Amino acid sequence: MQTTILYIGRDTEITVVMNRLLNARPEWKGVCVCTDEEAISICEEQEIDLVLLGNGIDPDAEKRLRARLLEIRPDVKIIQHYGGGSGLLYGEIMIALG
Amino acid sequence: MSQFILHKENTRGHANHGWLNAHHSFSFANYYNPERMHFGVLRVLNDDLIDGGMGFGTHPHDNMEIITIPLAGAIAHKDSMGNSAIIKSGEIQVMSAGTGVSHSEFNALENEKLSLLQIWLFPNKKNVSPRYDQMALDVDARRNNFQQILSPNADDAGVWIHQDAWFSLGKFDAGFETEYKIKKAGNGVYAFVISGEVTINGQTLSKRDGLGIWDTDSINFKANSADAEVLLMDVPMELN
Repeated sequence: MQTTILYIGRDTEITVVMNRLLNARPEWKGVCVCTDEEAISICEEQEIDLVLLGNGIDPDAEKRLRARLLEIRPDVKIIQHYGGGSGLLYGEIMIALG
Repeated sequence: MSQFILHKENTRGHANHGWLNAHHSFSFANYYNPERMHFGVLRVLNDDLIDGGMGFGTHPHDNMEIITIPLAGAIAHKDSMGNSAIIKSGEIQVMSAGTGVSHSEFNALENEKLSLLQIWLFPNKKNVSPRYDQMALDVDARRNNFQQILSPNADDAGVWIHQDAWFSLGKFDAGFETEYKIKKAGNGVYAFVISGEVTINGQTLSKRDGLGIWDTDSINFKANSADAEVLLMDVPMELN
């Protein structure tokens, strides 16, 4: 069974890399977007197991986004993703998924 | 009462990609060990050996403080901020990835291996403007002395980063003893032995062993072999 992971970050290049990395593993399905509106729309349309918050999201936007995503999916895990699609990604996700 | 965690050299993660022989003190890439995720804000300590002319093509980073210390050889660095530089043994490079930066890193020499330590710290502030710096260090100043090579302060010795961390390098004569005082209350120290054998707080450490110590304000150090070389990373234990 695939784990669906939603990534939100403002940097287009990093978002492309994240999409490639997340979808390179058969056990993960990655959906990667740059805007909060897209993220909310996706969260409304499909089951999401984990949300990774990437770069460039200011504190107010992050607060609103977290609240809205949890309103839609109260059980979803939301974590900060550090590094921008780097060697940290696998460990971050494994820890988050327990 | 101080606490410690010992990471012996042969317990590190290992990945040999042919051109890159990498040892990971903490989980990185396909090496995943939930007991080895970080020491405070210290998230990555990679010990890389890279073949001549080989390296990492352009790739992005964000929101990490990335410190590179060449131990032997030279790195050719290029980044999206317009920096193009060679960093040699005896120098230190720092990059605050912040809102996002892309860079490439290659062995600048065709016929020599490049040995480097790459260290990543969680920043104390997210989404800062990316920045780059490098500095030549006075290698002689670390003889029987912990030479500060990094701090949070732009006007202090060494390079600076967005984190309340201090790094020091020392190279010691056999039998030399000293005490290192932790720079900030609440910080811990991760000691990494680059070469030789040392004893820190009663723990004997060999080449490439790591020892993390916290809940203390100082550590006791003794060099057991000639030219023992150690990197101390004095870092906050609490994640921001």
